[in-house]
Amino acid sequence: MVKMVTLDRITKTYDKGKIPAVTDVSFSVGKGELFGLIGPDGAGKSTIFRILTTLLLPDQGTATVAGLDTLKDFRKIRGCVGYMPGRFSLYQDLTVWENLNFFAALFGTTVAENYDLIRDIYQQIEPFKTRRAGKLSGGMKQKLALCCALVHKPEVLFLDEPTTGVDAVSRKEFWDMLKRLKEQGITILVSTPYMDEADLCERIALIQDGKILSIDTPQNIVNSYPGELYAVKGAALHKILQDTRHYPGTLSCYAFGEYLHVAFKPGQGTGPARTGQSDRAGVQDPSGSGGLSGGSPEGLKKYLEDQGHTEVEIKKITPGIEDNFIRLMGNTRPDTAEGLDTATPTVRPAPQKPGV
Amino acid sequence: MSNQPTDKVIVCKELTKQFGDFIAVDKISFDVNAGEIYGFLGANGAGQTTAMRMLCGLSYPTGGAATVAGFSVYKQQESIKKNIGYMSQKFSLYENLSIKENIEFYGGVYGLPDKELQQKGDELIARLGLEKEAKKMVGGLPLGWKQKLAFSVAIIHQPRIVFLDEPTGGVDPVTRRQFWDLIYEASDKGITVFVTTHYMDEAEYCNRISIMVDGRIDALDTPANLKERYSAKTMNEVFYALARGAKRKAD
Repeated sequence: MVKMVTLDRITKTYDKGKIPAVTDVSFSVGKGELFGLIGPDGAGKSTIFRILTTLLLPDQGTATVAGLDTLKDFRKIRGCVGYMPGRFSLYQDLTVWENLNFFAALFGTTVAENYDLIRDIYQQIEPFKTRRAGKLSGGMKQKLALCCALVHKPEVLFLDEPTTGVDAVSRKEFWDMLKRLKEQGITILVSTPYMDEADLCERIALIQDGKILSIDTPQNIVNSYPGELYAVKGAALHKILQDTRHYPGTLSCYAFGEYLHVAFKPGQGTGPARTGQSDRAGVQDPSGSGGLSGGSPEGLKKYLEDQGHTEVEIKKITPGIEDNFIRLMGNTRPDTAEGLDTATPTVRPAPQKPGV
Repeated sequence: MSNQPTDKVIVCKELTKQFGDFIAVDKISFDVNAGEIYGFLGANGAGQTTAMRMLCGLSYPTGGAATVAGFSVYKQQESIKKNIGYMSQKFSLYENLSIKENIEFYGGVYGLPDKELQQKGDELIARLGLEKEAKKMVGGLPLGWKQKLAFSVAIIHQPRIVFLDEPTGGVDPVTRRQFWDLIYEASDKGITVFVTTHYMDEAEYCNRISIMVDGRIDALDTPANLKERYSAKTMNEVFYALARGAKRKAD
């Protein structure tokens, strides 16, 4: 596959080397691929976008876009990419129509020439074409910014957090638009802090603290989860969260919507057949020192019911991207799990190998 | 903490805000109970921000009535401000002041006596495990810590209610959950929590939620009841079913 974007061991620091932004990041995006950079604020996503759009020089490493070097060929790159920064960057006091024409002219083209590409999106804002961009709603601004980034038919489209702060309905619509653009052969690199959007990309890189945690298809990342994950639910959500954390056989436990997601410590190499025994061992070992006392769904259910919980439901589930992100964060940054909040350790690193 | 006879911290009756011929908030009515975690959801532009500004005493309604902590949103805006906490996604502490200085500043603004402020400040710093950072500038803290600090400062005067406007936007998944631990703790202490979010999994953590569409409250119930009513598996589906019908989306 032709690679449209490559990063080779890119490192960038700010403030004369004091603040690391991205550290040793390498990945590539194939032609026509929809690739997602998934991570929270401050993970380094925007820095990567700025390096690729030639707005920022890396300290180390090399990067290419459309086969062109970001250092040597920066002018050519600027002509063949579309970039939608995280912050709204169009002219607030120009109208919708004026902004669009301005960007077309800047790239030496006309709105008419590539109208096919933006038609679907532009038609949604056309009723407001005489309105100043600054007076548009958030969703409309976003659509105009996307039109302006597409008006010169770029080979690669960079979208930095296009859906941040956008409601769930508009987010879904935006992703539908991206799918249609992808079908027209445009390579898209998009970033988002919303883990639930990861599934909409073909491949994703999970990024945290300037480092890549994992790069793969969403499905493969989901499949890489070691061990089993259970969803737990009871009548009193906050109480059951606290009590499940105190169950000695709990390896990790965190809230996830109406459920808790719970992973158990592996027993002494026991299979499910011996859970009866490991239950008791688990309950009798209040130290929760792990290793010797495994946990099990049956054991947890009994433990919770003994604590007075009602309507306890425990079921095995398929871990999602967010579960994997939390697990990978725990592996690389144990301080996140326990340093700040020792009273309620929310997350601990999962074992490297499946427990059973 | 409460000397109020009522256990309703917010009472809102047909509250309306009209800008010219545009009705941003259209006769919304709801109550929020003391100690409740109330999720105030809606599509972009549905009117939550305008409604929240009125409830915080920052903007006058054009119709209807509301009381917050027992005070009228028309006549007692200053009393409302003294009895609420507020925190938004946009970080509002002073980046060039240290953690300790920010606590002193905000505690002072809320009128805490020096002694109490000292004690509350120490407790807050210990609770967040920030002892070593207490004298560092707030600007250098990671985002997640900033948000947890901002929340703790917003409730340092033990307000009757705290308004949280997208407090977890852009925060990593682990810190997001630690933030909700703080929300639960505040709620356990009797502080009512009024929160907006775009994360639908967080809607599940609320006791009750309302969903605004085109300036109206189109649904108000517990997450479980809403899911049942809309035959939905997740809050995301409930939200989608309601907000999809919005007409105001275009603007």
